[in-house]
This record gives sequence, structure tokens and C-alpha cells, in this order.
Amino acid sequence: MTGAVAPLLDVRGLVTQLSLPRGTVRAVDGVSFTVPPGGTLGVVGESGCGKSLTALSVMGLVPQPPGRVVGGEVRFKGEDLLALPEKEMRRVRGRHVAMVFQEPMTSLNPVFTVGEQIGEGVRLHLGATKAQARERAVEMLRQVGIPAPGERVDAYPHQLSGGMRQRVMIAMALACDPALLIADEPTTALDVTIQAQILELLKRLQVERNMAVMLITHDLGVVAGSCDVVAVMYAGRIVEQAPVRELFARPAHPYTAGLLRSIPSLHDAGSAGEGGRQRLKAIPGMVPSLTALPSGCAFRDRCDRASELCARVTPVLEPKRGGQSAACHHPVPAP
Amino acid sequence: MSEPLVQVRDLKVHFPVKGGLLGRTRGTVRAVDGVSFDVARGETLGLVGESGCGKSTLGRAVLRLLEPTSGSIRVAGRELTGLSQRELRPLRRQMQLVFQDPYASLNPRMTVEDILAEPFAIHGLAKGQAREDEVLALLDAMGLPREARSRYPHEFSGGQRQRIGIARAIALRPDLVVADEPISALDVSIQAQIVNLLVDLQRERGLTYVFIAHDLKIVEYVSTRVAVMYLGRIVEVAPSRALYAGPRHPYTQALLSAVPVPDPERPRARLLLPGEPPSPLSPPAGCAFHPRCPHAMERCRRESPPLYPLGGGHAAACFLAEGDSRDVPADSTSGGGAGVLAQPSSPG
Repeated sequence: MTGAVAPLLDVRGLVTQLSLPRGTVRAVDGVSFTVPPGGTLGVVGESGCGKSLTALSVMGLVPQPPGRVVGGEVRFKGEDLLALPEKEMRRVRGRHVAMVFQEPMTSLNPVFTVGEQIGEGVRLHLGATKAQARERAVEMLRQVGIPAPGERVDAYPHQLSGGMRQRVMIAMALACDPALLIADEPTTALDVTIQAQILELLKRLQVERNMAVMLITHDLGVVAGSCDVVAVMYAGRIVEQAPVRELFARPAHPYTAGLLRSIPSLHDAGSAGEGGRQRLKAIPGMVPSLTALPSGCAFRDRCDRASELCARVTPVLEPKRGGQSAACHHPVPAP
Repeated sequence: MSEPLVQVRDLKVHFPVKGGLLGRTRGTVRAVDGVSFDVARGETLGLVGESGCGKSTLGRAVLRLLEPTSGSIRVAGRELTGLSQRELRPLRRQMQLVFQDPYASLNPRMTVEDILAEPFAIHGLAKGQAREDEVLALLDAMGLPREARSRYPHEFSGGQRQRIGIARAIALRPDLVVADEPISALDVSIQAQIVNLLVDLQRERGLTYVFIAHDLKIVEYVSTRVAVMYLGRIVEVAPSRALYAGPRHPYTQALLSAVPVPDPERPRARLLLPGEPPSPLSPPAGCAFHPRCPHAMERCRRESPPLYPLGGGHAAACFLAEGDSRDVPADSTSGGGAGVLAQPSSPG
């Protein structure tokens, strides 16, 4: 990624609050990142880290209440989406920025055919006629690899398998040729062989269309295979951001390093079952509740590198080495 | 070699599908359709496969939490099929289940102490102070604070709840624990903690595990042997290392190549499977995998391949493996050939 290309999406200092019974928390707390045209940004983190809420904030879809975007900028092609009135935002959403969700069954409308749902955006945004929209829907179903698209266009969501529904969701999202696709755990609900199909499909469609993708996932394996740049989130903040190779080869933040160490690699010697009995290197403790974050660095209670400084001063995301940024006072040295 | 703790022969679990106004039976889901395997004492048998392959049904049927349609289940030498629930009750303390969702499986109105004391109460064991001591010892073994005993499940995180679920399962010192997706509901940073706990408990208490999961990386890590299921049958079984280093069944090969590996340097030479698993309501004729198999031959459309023993405890239900077969196939319909279903040697 060279700095010469203007980013397609430029998010700066995004803050999204959630009002909870126990008080108001900053579920997204000063998040900044960019996505270049045609590039892929992976956002990884565990449940509650704010990765999905970041995506919803970009889309202007934060449920209000309890959520509210209270600060920052979301610049898409230079225009701040947060400043747009809802009417204008609707022109952008689905047309230029589209989203795919984790659970296709809950995001598809059960009483409309998949053709009607794919065609809806085409009619709304591109002014297509009913016949044109249907034609486009069939074409999109073909592009996402659904067999017999001319018949499936009249199917209802419940008549399709989970993998097929996710393909329909992708067809729906891409029907208007968006410049940016936000995919929130698009394969988490799917079996591993179907997951591989969907990831391959997304990759192919992205290249064909030179489309930018923001891929949100908890699975570091998915990130490794699909992304150019990765942002790791913890307790509402980006704690590390790096090109994918650097992140996996030389993680700078102790949280990233800990996550990578805790996953057994496939076909690794010394598995527990065969007498090797090496323990997995688990991260101790648990993800803190946003209502009870420790002072300073939110990770310090679980960190073996933490010092007294970490309790006093919240580390900010800053460049550490070769395109790699981390929010840490004591980053892991490169091996 | 001592007798295996678990011996399952030609186990079938079929569910009738009812429909229509009169609730007539319209078909049968063959969730588990002729499965045979052994589990040696102290080993971990990993059970993998995609949703709907029957792995959870199999795990529950082995514990007689589901009624098998036919076949034999022997645990510690005792035949479990045919026993009434009353006859089963004293045997239940020897075999326990750890659930995927620790929240749904813990009674929200019971304190942790009540939850952990309940197994002792049911079986009339360790009364009074002794029972209290057992509960405290369990909390210690799980790495939970002793104050936890007076709290309720909702006060704990997912990982802690799973520790409580595991504590309840091992409270009566069972021989066999079936763990059904015990970590899939947990965050990545917590999964390793729970896996380490399970492995430690196995070592300390000599537990035997049937570990059901869809995460192939974790299964490789914890298992002595691994059985791969597809549409109600075991299509391949082998010692963990042999299976991951040299999978013989095309389905296992595709499954392993589809695992997203956290290493961007690793080339993605994916064997992409076309299509999706067929419905167990109407499985294809012949080998159930043939519609998706890159190597399918005419014969696969007609005949269902038996598990061919390939030596070293490795067996695959694929005609491509037939030439390397070392013995009479472990034909599930005869229930014989159990040699390949057992472990090749006692685990280390």
C-alpha cells in the first residue's frame, strides 16, 4: 500500500458509545484506519472488542438507542458519512458501500423471493425496471455460483441451505457494484468446506471488480488468507495494525502475539494426544468488561510485559517498525 | 492389550420424520448409520465432521442419552443397549457429557455449589462436610475461586461457565467423558485455557475422552486418534498424526485443505469441494460422498465402500484405498474386523 493512493475509506478517531444499564461505555474508542481502493483490511478481535460496531458505525447502522456515534470522521471518497443526513446516507448505503452479515437467515426477508431482494437495490439505486432488476438478479446469482439461477431467483430464503443463503447475501450486496464491501463474519456460521468456497468467491469477485473489502472476523486463519492489512482490536481500540505478513511473522502487541501462540497449528509436532503434551500457550484471565476496564492499557492485567507505566498511561497506536503500528509501551521485539 | 473402555459396533440412530395433518412418518433421517469404533482407556478419540454428519448424535447415543435404533455399545465391558433408564442410572456416574453451551446447560437458579453437589446427591455419595469438601476440591481443580460457590451461572464469563460444566461432569470421577464442541462457543483467547484444563484433567485422573469438534486444529492437538464422519458414517479413522500427515479419504483431504491456517506465507493450495453435504433424509446411492468427490468412479455410484484397514490403525472407506487394504475390511454390517477400529498401540 503506497501513500500516494488516496484512501477509499478514511476513518479517523471514531467513537461510538453504548448506553448500558450499568452506565455508558465507549464500545468503539478512537478507532482510525484506512482502506485503499481495491484493498482488503481485516479487522480481528474477540466478542465485544468493537469490531462489528465499528462496521455498523461506518454504515450508519448503529442501533440508537442504545448506541450512538459521538465522535470522529468516516470519510468515504473524501465525504464525511457521519455528517450526511439519513436521506443522503441511504443513497450511499447499498449503492457505494454494502454489507454482508454473519447470519444470512436473519438478514434475509423470509416473505420475499431472493430475486426480489437482490433486485430491490437495483431498482432503488439504479432506477431499473422490474424486468431489468430480475435480469440483474439472475445474473448476480450466476456470478455467485448458484446453480440454475433462472429458477432459484424465485426461491424463498428458507428453501436454500446456509451456504446458498450466504451466496444470496453476497449477490444482494454486490448487485449495485459497490466500491466497498463490509463483510462481518461472513463465514462464521458455515462449515469449513463451505467457508472455503465463500472466501474463494469473495476473493474472485473482489479482483474482478477491483472492490475494496473490510473483512471482520475472529478467525486469524481467515485473515491470513484474505487480507492485505490487519487491524487487531481489543476493548474498543485498535491495538495493532500491520501488513498481514508482518503481523503474523513479527506481532508487536503482546495481545496479538498471545492470540497467535494460543492456536495450535495444523499438523504440528507435539500434540497433546500423541505424547508430546506441550501445553497450549493460553492468554491468562479474560476479556475485561467495558464497564470495568482497568486504568491505562486495557490488556495489562493479562499481559506478561506490563509495567507500572501501563497502569498510568494509556498507550496510543503509533508506528513501531516497517509499516507496523502498535498501542503498547513494551512491544514484543522482532525475532 | 487391555480391553477397550468403549466398544461400539454397527450403531444406528434413525429418526422418523413426521409430517402432514395426521403426523404420518414421511421418511427416516439416518443420523448415525452403522458406526463401529473402540476407545482405549486414557486415550482421546476425536470425532470430526461438518454439521449434520451425525457426530453429536453419535456422542449422545454412546452415553444412551439418545435411544439407538440398533447396534451394540459396551462401556467397561457392560452392554448398554437394552438397559432401562433405571438400570442405567448407576452406570451414569462412569460416563458424562460436557456440553457446547455452558450457559444453556447450567440451571440459572442454582448456585455453583448446588450445581456441583447435585451429582453427589443423585448418587447418594459424600454427605455433609465430605460433599462440601468435594465441591471445594473441584473448584480448586478448575482454577475457580472458592468464593464462586455461592454465585449463580450468569455471574460468570463463558470460559468460567465452561469450567463449571466440566467440574460437574468430572465430579463423580467418571471413566468416560464425551465433550461435545466444548470450546466452540468460547473466545479464541479462552479456548486454549479450556483445552489445557481438559488435557491436565485427563492426565491427572486417567480420563478417556470422546472429543467432538469441528475445529480440526484443536482436534489434532487433543486427540490420540481421529474419526472423520460424513453423513452418518465414519469415512476415515487413524492415529491423529497419521490422519493429518496422510489423509486417505478424499473428504478428509478436502476438509484438511479447507482449514484456514493462520500463516500468510503458506500457499493456499485448496482442494475446493463443489456442492454441499446432501440431506441425510435422502443420501445418495453408493458412497454418500460421490457427488462431491473429485475421484468418483462408476462403482462409487452403486456400492458403498467399507472401511478398508490400511495398517497402523488407519482405515478409510474409499475404493481408492482398497488396493492398500491389509486385512478383511471392517465391514460395518458384519460388525467384525474390529482390529482396525482399535488403537494400534497403547497411548504414550
